[in-house]
Amino acid sequence: MLHEPADTPAEKDYAIAYKTRLGVQMFIAYALFYAGFVLINIIKPVLMEKEVIFGLNLAVVYGFGLIILSLIMALIYNALCIKKEKALNGTSAQGKVE
Amino acid sequence: MDVLPVIIFLFFVGLVLGLSFYFARKAKTSSGYFAAGGKIHWSVNGIAFAGDYLSAASFLGICGMIATLGYDGFLYSIGYLAGWIVALFVVAEPMKRLGKYTFADALDARFSSRGVRLAAAISTLVVSLFYLIPQMVGAGVLVTPLFGLPHAAGVIMVGAIVIIIVATAGMTSTTYVQFLKGGLLIVFSSILVAVVLIRGLSTTPDQGGKEPFYEYQTLTVQGQGDQLSIQEGDYQVVSQHDYKGTAFVSLADADGQVSWWKAETDENGGTKLHETQYVSVKPDGREWINGAPASDENHLRQVGNLSTIAGQSGPEADTSGVGIFKFLSLISSEDSTINMWRKTSFEADGESLTIYYSEQTSGNKFMRPGLKFKVEGSFVERIDFVSLMLALFLGTAALPHILIRYYTVPDPASARKSTIVAIAAIGFFYILTLFMGLGAMANGVLNPADSNMSAPLLARSFGTLLFAIISAIAFATVLGTVSGLIVAASGAVAHDIMDMFLNIKMTDRQKVLAGRITAVGVGIIAIILGILFEGMNVSFLVGWAFAVAASANFPAIVMVLFWQKTTAQGVVASVFSGIIAALGIILLSPDMFVRYGLDPASAPLNFSQPGLVSIPISFMVLVVVSLATQKSKIPEATVAA
Repeated sequence: MLHEPADTPAEKDYAIAYKTRLGVQMFIAYALFYAGFVLINIIKPVLMEKEVIFGLNLAVVYGFGLIILSLIMALIYNALCIKKEKALNGTSAQGKVE
Repeated sequence: MDVLPVIIFLFFVGLVLGLSFYFARKAKTSSGYFAAGGKIHWSVNGIAFAGDYLSAASFLGICGMIATLGYDGFLYSIGYLAGWIVALFVVAEPMKRLGKYTFADALDARFSSRGVRLAAAISTLVVSLFYLIPQMVGAGVLVTPLFGLPHAAGVIMVGAIVIIIVATAGMTSTTYVQFLKGGLLIVFSSILVAVVLIRGLSTTPDQGGKEPFYEYQTLTVQGQGDQLSIQEGDYQVVSQHDYKGTAFVSLADADGQVSWWKAETDENGGTKLHETQYVSVKPDGREWINGAPASDENHLRQVGNLSTIAGQSGPEADTSGVGIFKFLSLISSEDSTINMWRKTSFEADGESLTIYYSEQTSGNKFMRPGLKFKVEGSFVERIDFVSLMLALFLGTAALPHILIRYYTVPDPASARKSTIVAIAAIGFFYILTLFMGLGAMANGVLNPADSNMSAPLLARSFGTLLFAIISAIAFATVLGTVSGLIVAASGAVAHDIMDMFLNIKMTDRQKVLAGRITAVGVGIIAIILGILFEGMNVSFLVGWAFAVAASANFPAIVMVLFWQKTTAQGVVASVFSGIIAALGIILLSPDMFVRYGLDPASAPLNFSQPGLVSIPISFMVLVVVSLATQKSKIPEATVAA
């Protein structure tokens, strides 16, 4: 049932520093977008009623946007991590790094 | 009681128990029992994450809150999903690199401190118990329409099944139960949304012709106060009561049947009476509903509808099938009017009364924050909203039952990839919650006494088969999440407290046995709490669990990973101060005073969400104590880069 070999000690992951830095930067970017949603709601909540596109108001578009953006950023993060892991470790990392 | 839902329900339970017994042989070692041997494929783990995370709060609570309070319920969907970004970018890989069975492993990786072990274990138990309450409440809610059994029976049933699942096969069976349930939940929620859109919107929803639309009456009256004179029908005024600024009038018809009406002054100064539903408890304890004894035939009518759709009502307003954007834009229109149902309770004429009455609000107000969380209210009320959003954002990456799932995959890259699968699955489901909640509101399927059943009752309006499947999945939803929580609690006691803190020498098999015994104990406590908290919105309760987790665990996790001066004493102080601050605020909040049976206005605090206060307290305590205890700092060994 899609079991994989158990974790085994492997060579060092030289991409850790890069992945940590990238993760923090992307976290801050998403947090700012999230904070924007919260701030609009407490500073000018009526703005959330404003129709933006396809008859949808800002509340719905921003809410869906936060959900969809999280997936897009997650995929970008993964792609950049894999690229760096290949460059520094010579492998895409799965099952190969600590 | 319908037979089909019971058969499908029993099939699901049998499947889940079968999986547990099948995997029991893999749970002989600590690694097998607490972490599924670290052999789960990242794609399976990702869907299992969804199964673990999409709890009763997500399926029952969020849909119920959207159905009754509009967009404010969807705030939970946004916040719960956003939290996964924190999990992916900040904790996923380090958690896997540093830990083994419990999140305390990662927290203690730099220190080898018994104090950190104990603090993390206590935090795990507190958060898990807090999170267990809404799951068990959800279980109780589900069995009433399914089997006609009381709330307590559902709670005991879930408790017993989960104890068997966890005690037999630990994390392996829990993983596959969650995988199965996560996948089914997303597939059948998609089907439910599709049929909602195909049915479209109507101002007189009749559940596909199954349930005639009930038109609530409005009477015009003359006079005010004791001099009310009713012009329509054959009614006599029995009594009048003002409760918190709202006037209610009881009338007797020609047959002597009593009904309660909500009085409202119109723009011309005239008075109108709006028909309500009510439950009265007589002095002898008997319950009456809408003027007749409660029975299987006489129960509260289902409610919920739009009284105008884009300015139209009646047959002209019927839309038939609509697309996803049209569905949302019609409900969001300022020319659409939504009938929201409120309740109030008071003593009158020697009876204990609960009155359910409708209030109209425009679509544009219903579809933005403000009906539950007062974003246009006082400063404290707006801060309460910010506090909730902060706790939801930071809480996910601090939930012990989520963090232990990082130990079930083989390596850090798998931890990362499984988180991305989880984000895709969970994000898609949360978009569906908006459609399911609004669908329940618009289709006249709401139980005015309990919002938690909105999604299953919406499914019932499309036929018994869909209801049966959705109810069984909802029950499996509870099983999956409760299993994960009990594994987390079990690991905290057996691994962190007994093995690492008390240093009790145990063989691997004894450790597994300790975990199993703990699972039984925690399961019993969960049953008791689930019965005590009957009736509270499950998503609201989970919001509190997030606040406690974010306050107790998040500052410690982040600072251990990113601040070299963090000390063991700082971590311990941070965890305990976070728990105490968050729990203290919750226990003194107006919402808990309602639970105590006290006037919420007498609560010492006038806000309910602790995050904005308790999370900074936890961070500050960690920094101050760490700086004060630098001498005891152990050189860094395994911290993330």
